[in-house]
Formats: sequence, structure tokens, C-alpha cells
Amino acid sequence: MKDEVISRDDRVANLKGMGCSRKRVEDARFTQGKGNYVDDIKLDGMLFGDFVRSPYAHARIKGINAEEALKIPGVLAVLTAEDLAPLGLHWMPTLAGDKQMVLADGKVLFQGQEVAFVVAEDRYAAADGIELVEVDYEELPVIVDPFESLKSDVVLREDLDPNADGAHGPRKHPNHIFTWEAGDKEPTEEVIANADIVAEESMYYHRTHPCPLETCGSVALMDKVNGKLTLWGTFQAPHAIRTIVSLISGIEEHNIRVISPDIGGGFGNKVGAYPGYVCSVVASIVTGRPVKWIEDRMDNLMTTAFARDYWMKGKISATKEGKITGLQCHVTADHGGFDACADPTKFPAGFMNICTGSYDIPTAYLEVDGVYTNKAPGGVSYRCSFRVTEAVYFIERMIEVLAIKLNMDSAELRRINFIKKEQFPYKAALGWEYDSGDYHTAWDKALKTVDYDGLRAEQAQRVEDFKAGKTRKLMGIGLSFFTEIVGAGPVKNCDILGLGMFDSCEIRIHPTGSAIARLGTISQGQGHATTFAQILASEIGLPADSITIEEGDTDTAPYGLGTYGSRSTPVAGAATAMAGRKIRAKAQMIAAYLLEVHDNDVEFDVDRFVVKGAPERFKTMKEIAFAAYNQAIPGLEPGLEAVSYYDPPNMTYPFGAYVCVMDIDVDTGVPEIRRFYALDDCGTRINPMIIEGQVHGGLTEALAVALGQEIAYDDMGNCKTGTLMDFFLPTAWEVPNYETDFTVTPSPHHPIGAKGVGESPHVGGVPCFSNAVQDAFRPFGNTHTNMPHDHWRIWKTANGLGLHD
Amino acid sequence: MIPAAFEYYRPQDMAGVLAILGEHGDDARVMAGGHSLIPMMKLRMADVPHLIDLQDVGGMSDIVVGADEIRIGAMVTQADIIDNTELRSAAPILREAALQIADPQVRYMGTVGGNVASGDPGNDMPGLMQCLNTRFTLIGADGEREVDAREFYEAAYMTTREDDEVLTAVIIPTPAGGYAYEKQKRKIGDYATAAAAVQIIKDGDTCTSAAIAMTNLSDTPIYSEAAGAALVGTSVDDAALAAATAAMLNDIDPSEDNRGPIAFKKHVAAVILRRAITRAWSRA
Repeated sequence: MKDEVISRDDRVANLKGMGCSRKRVEDARFTQGKGNYVDDIKLDGMLFGDFVRSPYAHARIKGINAEEALKIPGVLAVLTAEDLAPLGLHWMPTLAGDKQMVLADGKVLFQGQEVAFVVAEDRYAAADGIELVEVDYEELPVIVDPFESLKSDVVLREDLDPNADGAHGPRKHPNHIFTWEAGDKEPTEEVIANADIVAEESMYYHRTHPCPLETCGSVALMDKVNGKLTLWGTFQAPHAIRTIVSLISGIEEHNIRVISPDIGGGFGNKVGAYPGYVCSVVASIVTGRPVKWIEDRMDNLMTTAFARDYWMKGKISATKEGKITGLQCHVTADHGGFDACADPTKFPAGFMNICTGSYDIPTAYLEVDGVYTNKAPGGVSYRCSFRVTEAVYFIERMIEVLAIKLNMDSAELRRINFIKKEQFPYKAALGWEYDSGDYHTAWDKALKTVDYDGLRAEQAQRVEDFKAGKTRKLMGIGLSFFTEIVGAGPVKNCDILGLGMFDSCEIRIHPTGSAIARLGTISQGQGHATTFAQILASEIGLPADSITIEEGDTDTAPYGLGTYGSRSTPVAGAATAMAGRKIRAKAQMIAAYLLEVHDNDVEFDVDRFVVKGAPERFKTMKEIAFAAYNQAIPGLEPGLEAVSYYDPPNMTYPFGAYVCVMDIDVDTGVPEIRRFYALDDCGTRINPMIIEGQVHGGLTEALAVALGQEIAYDDMGNCKTGTLMDFFLPTAWEVPNYETDFTVTPSPHHPIGAKGVGESPHVGGVPCFSNAVQDAFRPFGNTHTNMPHDHWRIWKTANGLGLHD
Repeated sequence: MIPAAFEYYRPQDMAGVLAILGEHGDDARVMAGGHSLIPMMKLRMADVPHLIDLQDVGGMSDIVVGADEIRIGAMVTQADIIDNTELRSAAPILREAALQIADPQVRYMGTVGGNVASGDPGNDMPGLMQCLNTRFTLIGADGEREVDAREFYEAAYMTTREDDEVLTAVIIPTPAGGYAYEKQKRKIGDYATAAAAVQIIKDGDTCTSAAIAMTNLSDTPIYSEAAGAALVGTSVDDAALAAATAAMLNDIDPSEDNRGPIAFKKHVAAVILRRAITRAWSRA
């Protein structure tokens, strides 16, 4: 047989399975402009809807007059809260257990809030209509500071009973949302009170925004003949959106089809539900025509979900030798006008309780207070698992602050406090059970590769040269070691609006040995069609190139909770492997029948089943697939299909060690990144090329956040960063060359040992860039300055330390 | 980001342009590359009921390098400036500045005329033209006239150009000596946090002439005559640099924005000018 001359290595290579840097199958269409995004959808008779938005951050609405707007040719309708109220759709539930106005119901709570929805023949008429809708506002006192909010007599959310509990327990003030605790308060306070050394720091993790290149949008088509609603949109969780739409609209779920087409980046921005989605649906119901809504860039930056905005206060205690004994953290979380965080329901502060980081800290306590202010709602996880960037930034800054207090090198302080390899699975003080890790090996490899001691010597020389007037540039060495917590998650403790956070895969093998697999996730650029086919190729022995991966259509894909929090590989990837194993189990029976041996006498080998001890006797998976459809096999149903719903037993805990070397011009505040080294351990590596791309992308977004990207408001609640002129998106010019590296510590509970990687570089990158800036000023007395480290804030640090005198 | 409705005109000659301007007055605006005007229209910050596209008018796309003067047509793009080899040797500061404007895509569209005429204080060319003592040629119903770049700018988006005039060319006395265009910005595509244009002549060890202009540090470009004067007759030593930057700081009037507070901008303006003078002097 021709097949026999192919070596086993070649057969493995032909599959393009796990471990292969297979080129992304998506890129052919993306690089040729053949993607199909929401705004590419054009339907016969399609209308366009857009919002009248509030110019004020806090105001009462005394009246809305649409008379002039309706005179514009092409403007068909102007919807207000009054129109939606009879349908019960003027408010909608948020993923965080709060509710949010779809259209302003008597007042507005943030600048840019949706006030009325203008429906027109095209987007141009809609824009002209928006200009002519007259809204009578009465300005109210604006609160942009969460601490002030908790003291203010001004009640932001008049719709809530001030004496009633919120979704997460008692509220302390009408503008307070929740208090959430983890760990043990008194023991932690006692440890810290009696410790040799205590370091304290307050830090603000500023508000920023995921800013995907494609903004949010939807197209709704209510077919009044068959009663079916089709909703295309920028949804990171299409099934969850279907269920929410059904619950709030009363349309039966089987009559709703939600489709996420190609999505141009999500980064958390497309997890939640937005007023635009609801309004496009209502407008389609009202007009009987398809209705499109697409944000422009200002809408996206100013109104759809922001990230971060955490005021963190920490205490960390240690022995004189530097062994950490306790950690305490209090967070004041600014959620804006509505609590529209996208977290698992039981975790209103996400997984902030991973803030003990990569360290063996015996006692810890975390308390988070959520607060309403006159800012846009949100609080999504921007390229990270739920609030993990905040947690890792907190602990990686506290480590640096403690190192200063101890007068110790922070690399060494990390080393002596890392959780040891033999301690895994490790139960952390704040509740999580870390699955696996080998931190010391990763750390040593990182420090050795960058010649850490050499860098420190160079830095010391630079400080001497600076003091001698020979240079005006300081050198900073940024370190970070992070542990992510991804793959939400076990249904026992992770749900969104009651939907367990499992995920799914359904596989059909075609008679000729190719296949289609559908998943409950949805790629937004991660390359799922490439990597999931690779998992299957290795599991079922058919070439990845013969496997189509399809996601995003709720009529065809099995139910899943979508893609965010690096959950696709840990959860849907596991479901894929498990479904593949079901296929393989049936294939084994078919092979045994064809080879006329007992089931147990054949074994799987790359792309075939062979008779044990007689490798020349085999059936390839291709042959088995055909047999599944053309042979009557006693005791077996025809066909070769499988479905798996995977409820992960635990989260996965990817980790990594990053080093950044930076030069800082003290006079202009301009930082220059000289070197960035990133070692990532994401367990089993499916596609090294895609991992490298993910690391580059995550680091670039980390650079952005650390060095300038922010959503800033003035005292009147005006958003000052509503365009890409002021909102920092780095270009190739600002981005350094990244050196990537890895170790492999498989997850012990994941079917293929993979942990997820897309968000790690962001989580680890932000503190690494920030630590580099702060480290440059450490020899001159700096302990902490807040991000973003843009030119003027770096300059201000230098100025404050007297370096311009 | 949808502009209000407007009439679009694409006349074939200047007479056609002037006729439309004459008819509609300040309701009409001419457009070259559109990179200043169109974003303003999309934000509905500029109301332009009649938009006149200059693409087909002709005669404004030449770069003529003469013995004493360089004439650059208003429709010459930043990319044209970067690519022109004659210009590169005659007035290298133009290329150095153009390379720091926006990004390649914008530079293929953005023109010299649009950049200097729109009056946006963030634009780089106005300060540069003031440094080079450029004259702007304007044409209107009553014929052509010339205005000194140093006299052209009144306030943000306000210039001495009349509503019915079109800026057709810039005339630059061929610069001599050393040059530098130094710009600090937050990222590619950004306007300057501070920028300085310096042209300087050296005779032996002495500076005999210096022209200095600053960008985005007031609501107009700032030609600082005093800063230049502070260098003349010196060897551009530390004292002269300090005197020049002090004089410049006296002339600028920056305001706070997302790039930073006033104190920062002043500090950076001084640093940038010092670097620009030092580099120009090294090339003189």
C-alpha cells in the first residue's frame, strides 16, 4: 500500500495537530478584505438606527420633542423610554445583577447615555435626525469621584430603594452597590499588626477601555410571518445573548437565532448587552424591517463597557528576612452609573481574590466596595480573566514596595516567596486552588536569559553617570511574575445569570474522512478555526486541514458561554478533546470490526487503528469514517458524530515571568523600551505561532494601558478621551521588539493539559511596564506613582523628585 | 461621525473656484487634502454647506527650486516634499519636518496649502514657514497678493485670509546654514506636545542669524524673534541657549490639555528648543 511508505513522523506532520505552527486558516479572508463583520451585513429594506446621546453626565429629562426630527426625509421613527415602557424594555438586566436604562427613563447618569433612538432609511438621515431631536435637560450635580459619591447627599440611582439590599448583599449608602469579601479579616489584621515589616501603598488603576478595532453593533430582523427573530451582532457570548433576549422580550428561545459573524476584536468590550442591541430589535419589531445599529468610535469609547477604575489600598507584612506573612487589600471600585460588570454572578469583583499572586502568603483579606458615579457603566475584563489585571498589578506593585521597605532586590524577594513546585495543587489564602506551576524554574530562566545581574550593574553605573551630569536618561528594570486564573469555570461556582459556565463541542465526521466541529465559543481574532482543528486532528487522526470549525450561530452550534477570560481553550478546547475521544472510541469499534479482531486488540496510532503487535494490519481514520456510513456493523448505529459538554473541575492557572528594560528621558518624560522578554507557561502548547501572536498582542495592549491609555473625565463628567487622538492605541512605531520564551507545565485536570494564553501577556505586561518606569526612579526615592505613565506624568515624577533642579 | 449635508463642487479652474466663493462667502470652503477640514465636518464642528474640492484645478502641484526662492504649490503633499530630491538639498528642514507629520497615509493626502491655511495651531507647517520667513500667495476676486507667514495667523483657525481668497502657493527664501525641526509627540499621528523649527547661520564660531518658531504652544504658531536674537553674536554656548529659551518662553502661551499641564509644556518647549538649536548649530 502506498500509505505504508509514509513514515510515522510524516503521518504526524500531515495531521498538523497539536504543537504545529499551522498557519491561520482565517487569514486568507481577513488579509484580502473578505471578512464578514456585522457592518458588512446588508439586507433588503434594512433601516439604520442611531442614538440621541446626553451631553450631560447627570441631568433630569424634562421632555423630548421629536417633531422636527421626524420631518427629515428618511427619518421613520424616534423611540424613547416611553415607547419601550409598555414592552418592559426601557430597562434591561445587566450581567452583574443590576439593571440599566435602555433609553433614558426620566434622567441620565453619564455623558453619552442613550436618550432616544432615531430610526431612518440610512445612517445619514439618522444622523441628521439626531441633530433635531430636542431634549430638555435640567442639570444635576455631577459626581465623578467614588469616595465623594459615598459621602454625597446626591442620590444617583433614584430607581433603587436606598434601604434595600443589592444583588450582592447590603448597601452602605444610596450610591453604594456592594461589599464583597474574601479571606479572614481579623487574623490578617493581627498578623500585620505584629509583623517585623509592613509596607503600605495606595494605588489607582485608572479607567481604560478595550477599544476593539471593530466597534459594537447589531442587525435585527423580526420576521413577522414566521415569528422568528434573527439577531446578528458583536457578541462574545451569542448563546447567552439569545437567552437574555428571550427572557427580556418574551420571545420563545427557539424563535430567536443569534449570530456572531466575524468579530474584529472583543477584549471584553463585547461580552455585555447594550441598549443598541435592544433598540435594533424593538425597531425591527415596530417597523417590520431589518434594523442595523453600529457605534462610531466616540460612542464606543464613551459609552460601551470600560475596564478597571479600581482604587486599591494595600498592606503587606513580612519577616526581616523577607518572608511574606500577610496581605490586606481594600478596593473602591468605580462602576459608573449602572453596575454592568461582566463577571460570573457570584463574583461581583471578579477574581480579584487571586491577588495573593504567585506567592505563598499564609494569611490574606480582601474587601471590595462597588460605587455608582456619573460615568459610563461597565467594568469588563479587558484582555484578562475577571479583574485579574487589577489583582496582579496590585500584588506586583506591593512586592516592589515591600522590597523597597526591606531594602532588598525584588527579584530575590519574589524568589523566596514563590509557591514551590511541590506545593501544587496549592490552596491559596483567598480560596483558589492553583492547579500546577513551576515558578522557580521560569524565574531563573528569565533572569538568566536577560543577564539580570548585568542589567542591575549597568543601572547602578547609569545612576552614577546621571548624578555626575553625564546623562539625562535613567534606566529602569521592570519585573513581573504573574499567575492568571482562567477558564471559567466550574458550574458549581461559576455562572452568568444562572447559566453555568461549561462549554461545548459537537463533531460530525463526513463519509470521506473530513469533518465539521461546532463550538459554543466565538473567535474574535484568536484563531479558533485553526487551533481547535489542531486539537481534533491529534485526537481523531484526521488532518486539521480537513476539519471545518464553526462558531457563533445559535441555530447550529451547541450551547456555550462564549469567548472571554481565556476560557475557550480551557473549557471549549477540553470539550473538543472529549468529543474527539468519543469519536475515537466508536472508531475503535469500527476498526476492530473491519480488522476482525476484538475491540481491545486495536490501538490508536496517529491517524489509524492498528492491530496490537501487527502494525501492518490497520485501518486509517479515513477508512473508518467511510465504513461508519456504508457498513452495517452489528451493535453499532451508523454515522460518526459526537457531542461533549465540558464542566471543568477547576480553573487553569497559566503563569509567566517578564522583564522590561527601559530608558527614560528625565527632561521630556519620554520612555524608550530597550528590551522586553516574556516567558509564558500556558501548559500544553497547541499552536506556537498563534501563542506568539497572542503574546505580542497582549503585551502591546499592556504597553498601551501602562504608558498612556485611559478614559479620563473632567469634574463635570465630560469624557476627555473620546477619540483616538487622545485615547492611546499604539502603532508599530511605539511597540518594541518582543522576545518570547516558554516553559511547559501542563494542567493536571485538563484533557490535553492546556491552560489558555491570550490574556496572560496583558496581565503580566501591565505591571512589568509600570515597574520599569517606577524602578528607574527608585534610586531617587520613588516608591509608587500611578499609571498611566504618559510623558507628563513621568515628567511630574522626575520633577517631584527634584531631578530638574 | 456623519457630517451635515453639503453641496460638493469640483471646479476645473481657479475662476470657477472664485465664482463659487464669491457666491456663497463664508458658507463655502475650499478643500485640498481634507485632513483638517473633513474630520471637523464629521464631528459637526465645522459647518460647510458648500465644499469646493481643489483636486481638478491644476497649477498648484509644482515645486520650483530657484536660485533665491523656492515656490511650493498649495496642492503639493507632504509626501511630495519628502520625495523631492532638489528640495531635499535646497531646504532639508522641510523634509525633516514633513517626516514628523502624522503617518504615511495622511502624508499622501495632506497638502502644504491645507496645512498652512487651515490655521490649526497643532499643524507643523505654519511654524516652520514662519521660521523660514515664507510668503503665502493668496488669490481672490481682486487678484493676487502676498502675506508674510509671520503676519498670517491671528488666532486658532483665524487667519488674515479673506473668505473669498484661496491660498495657492508658499514662497520660501532659500534657507542657509544649519537647521532642525524637533518635535515631541505622544505617538505617531499626534500633534506636537511641543515642536521647534530652527534655521541658523554660523560664521566662524559666531552665530550671525537665527530664526526660531514654535508649534502648538499657543493658539497660533509662535515666531520668537527675541529667541533668535538671543543667539546672534554668540557662540551658541550655554548662556546663549539659556537666553534663547528664556526669550521663547516669554513668547509662548500654552494651555493645558491631555498632553499635560502648562508647567510641563513650558519645560518641554525649552528642552525641545535647546535640542533643536544644538542640532541646527552642529549642522551650520
